[in-house]
Amino acid sequence: MENENHILIEIKDIEAGYSGEIALSAVNLKIYENDFIGIIGPNGGGKTTLVKVILGLIKPFKGEVINKLNGTNENKSIGYLPQINFIDKKFPISVKDVVLSGFMDKGKLINKFTKEEKQTAMALMENMGISHLKNKPIGELSGGQLQRVFLSRAVVSSPKLLILDEPNTFVDNRFESELYEKLKELNKSMAILIISHDLGMISPYVKTIACVNKKLHYHDSNVISEKQLKEYNCPIQLITHGEVPHTVLGKHIH
Amino acid sequence: MIELFAYDFFTNAVLAAIITSITCGVIGTYIVTRRIVFISGGITHTSFGGIGIGYFLGFSPLLGAAIFSLLSAFGIEYLSKRKDIREDSAIAIMWSFGMAVGIIFIYLTPGYAPDLMSYLFGSILTVSKTELYITLTLCVVVVLFFYFFYKPILFSAFDQDFAKTRKIPVDLINYVLISLVALTIVLSIKVVGIILIISLLTIPQATANLFVKDFKKIIFISILIGLVASLAGLSISYYLNIPSGATIIFSLVSIFVIARIVK
Repeated sequence: MENENHILIEIKDIEAGYSGEIALSAVNLKIYENDFIGIIGPNGGGKTTLVKVILGLIKPFKGEVINKLNGTNENKSIGYLPQINFIDKKFPISVKDVVLSGFMDKGKLINKFTKEEKQTAMALMENMGISHLKNKPIGELSGGQLQRVFLSRAVVSSPKLLILDEPNTFVDNRFESELYEKLKELNKSMAILIISHDLGMISPYVKTIACVNKKLHYHDSNVISEKQLKEYNCPIQLITHGEVPHTVLGKHIH
Repeated sequence: MIELFAYDFFTNAVLAAIITSITCGVIGTYIVTRRIVFISGGITHTSFGGIGIGYFLGFSPLLGAAIFSLLSAFGIEYLSKRKDIREDSAIAIMWSFGMAVGIIFIYLTPGYAPDLMSYLFGSILTVSKTELYITLTLCVVVVLFFYFFYKPILFSAFDQDFAKTRKIPVDLINYVLISLVALTIVLSIKVVGIILIISLLTIPQATANLFVKDFKKIIFISILIGLVASLAGLSISYYLNIPSGATIIFSLVSIFVIARIVK
């Protein structure tokens, strides 16, 4: 078992939802350093609610979220990539400003971004292949470029935990595989929690799977069978990707 | 036209137009980019209820308007967080309720309410020194607030949830800004009137947005467009003897149409 010291977030017996409607109930989950957890489940099953509880955007009705991330500012250490269709693409903001906003923090309400922060942001944009777009308004970007911008914003402050909510919507296939390679690289320095509707696509990359459908069933492997999905009460469509076989990676040892 | 400045009322009108253009340029950019134009329309019309009560009880109608618009602004901001109420329906209810209250109390007030029309369509030539000072104070507050808190304002308007994960006090910022929106609306009533205010807060921004796609640049160009249109509107109003609120809005729309064609 993973050492308790390396636990980042622990959620205990959570019940949560909106306006009195319960979307999640009796949910427990521990997120350890360097975890790579794929969250799957049917639409409306509570995946986004779970993520928002972890981020502190929703107060749970019951239970608690124990945040053991290092640093003085607990949530500063969580990078977040929201669902892109909730973003106003006509909003007049430049790529550079979006990426820099990842450095925001309570103590930075008035202060300008430092030179180091600007350099870090520039280097990251270079690494993500979006530095030539830095002064462009986000409305002029393609889906893939936009996702790169939001991924940069999420990781620019080097968080210990990165949470992505359906990062593969509105992007082309080429970007999708690039994204997962990028995540694999990032996973060396941060834990990753990714919501996806496409189990086939994420399963070669994630280490473990969490099935969320009001309840949460943790599956300690990246391979999951239809029978197991049924047992977990997790009715999702299994999408096959042509001839590509599902790569079975070495079992993630906890 | 220079000789007109010999009259205090004209100097006041020009100063009011300049100050209002600056305030509306800043606040309007927030309104347009955060897509709260309809909310702002609701606040504007609800404020009429306060004007009516002010008349009836014998205190400053603008004070009444300020109270009503602030209450409606907080009400809408609060309602927008609840998922069980349709926000736009709630705004429509406040919108018409405010107008109804205004009409009821104005008619209950003994005697004739002579400058009722000036609240509906503006009367920039009757702006008093006191009103000018209040307008200027608000303008300074708005400009300073945006100058110092530009980043948190921009990022919370763009993506609330992400801003919250970065510990930006999004709710507090929203409440402060919606109050500034409400006060800007009230203090612009004298310039163009309740019916026309919303255009002062949206047309310069829509025009600027044709050319630039950056929050800060939209603010500056909106202010410029507001200045040109309100001063042009004032002049036209003087020469053709037409109410200035209407000529200012007409100038704004003309600039927008020309810009749209040029672009």
